[in-house]
Amino acid sequence: MSTHRIKVTVNGAAHDAEVESRLLLVHLLRENLRLTGTHIGCDTTHCGACTVLLDGTPVKSCTVLAVQADGREVMTVEGLEKDGKLDPIQEGFWEEHGLQCGYCTPGMMMTSFALLKTNANPSEGDIRQAISGNLCRCTGYVNIVKSVQSAAAKARG
Amino acid sequence: MIPASFDYHAPKTLAEAIGLLSKYPGDAKVLSGGQSLLPLLKLRLGSAGHLVDINRVPGLEYIKEEGGFLKIGGRTRESALERSDLVKARYPILTDTAAVIADPIVRNLATVGGNLAHGDPANDHPATMLALRAQVVATGPKGERVIPIGEFFTDLFTTALAPDEILTEIRIPAPQPRTGGAYVKLERKVGDFATAGAAAQVTLGKGGEIARAGIGLTNAGLTPVQADAAEKFLQGKRPDAATIAEAARLAAQSADPSADRRGSVEYKVEMARVLTARALKKAVARAEGA
Repeated sequence: MSTHRIKVTVNGAAHDAEVESRLLLVHLLRENLRLTGTHIGCDTTHCGACTVLLDGTPVKSCTVLAVQADGREVMTVEGLEKDGKLDPIQEGFWEEHGLQCGYCTPGMMMTSFALLKTNANPSEGDIRQAISGNLCRCTGYVNIVKSVQSAAAKARG
Repeated sequence: MIPASFDYHAPKTLAEAIGLLSKYPGDAKVLSGGQSLLPLLKLRLGSAGHLVDINRVPGLEYIKEEGGFLKIGGRTRESALERSDLVKARYPILTDTAAVIADPIVRNLATVGGNLAHGDPANDHPATMLALRAQVVATGPKGERVIPIGEFFTDLFTTALAPDEILTEIRIPAPQPRTGGAYVKLERKVGDFATAGAAAQVTLGKGGEIARAGIGLTNAGLTPVQADAAEKFLQGKRPDAATIAEAARLAAQSADPSADRRGSVEYKVEMARVLTARALKKAVARAEGA
């Protein structure tokens, strides 16, 4: 067993941690840093509930080692809200009823947030394609797509 | 799920990475995108004493045409291949392939080299690379060697790579005029492995006849399958409906899939036939437009 000292920036805050080689990024976030907004769903890289941004790119944090994030920036669902103000993507999911149980929501929002950074006006097809690695098993995708469209419109102003 | 313990190494150079592989022969695995390796370790279907993470080694991610080849760096992400305008314009079969591998989030990390080096016949790039007659560059302690893709897949999850070699580049011959290719995959849902998949690359001669054809099949045996008989049959023939149908029938005879939740042997063989015909049709249309 080997351990490593890593420095990771999470939602803008620098963290030092001593991690075992095999520690997964999602466990670092949830258990070491107590950021439980990131969910663990399938644990086999299918469902996307654990999606976070690693240097701005969506990744499934159950399939990245914590030590791989050394020196890098992670953004989780907790990083969306700024100074008490919700991000447009959060407002979109709220207003368009983009969730029921909420289990997939953090991952859905992180993937959608990243999509809107590169595509300010995505078509329904663009959105469905982007979230095709995020599974929802209760709300259905119709309102999720509407939520992202609403967020895009809001962000464009 | 948590993998069994291993030691983790993050070399900064290729030489250092190869040195680590040599130091722990047979007990070290290369961590590239990790999208197959980490699930395998988590499910404890595989184990390794040491992971050599090559993500901090510079110069392994590129897509460029050079010296008559498309050269793809081994650690090039599937998402980069999918977005590449050069690939879209000149090698659309690769865009087809990248776009159906796992899902978009997985493709942000998954690598082209990893998709091949994993040696999984259910992966999508092997069939395409067989159809394209690609070459694989392996770098080890003694330097580089080039392995033709036809000699690369030796057994289930087993390739011609030595334990101390890293797949550093994939080379694809630049297309002749009037060449087209396509990859088609049948999957139950986004992110699933192929029920069946077929890759076809076709070059047309001056008279419109098929000068050369390459056909590869996904998930049709213990190793990725090159449909030799179908390729030979197509040579010199006009690509009409009857010819394509016969080539697809021959290709399906090369398939030796096993039954699982995706279907019976009979169903998968039939799907290999149908998908080969579709891939050939699309490849010919692209060749005619090229």
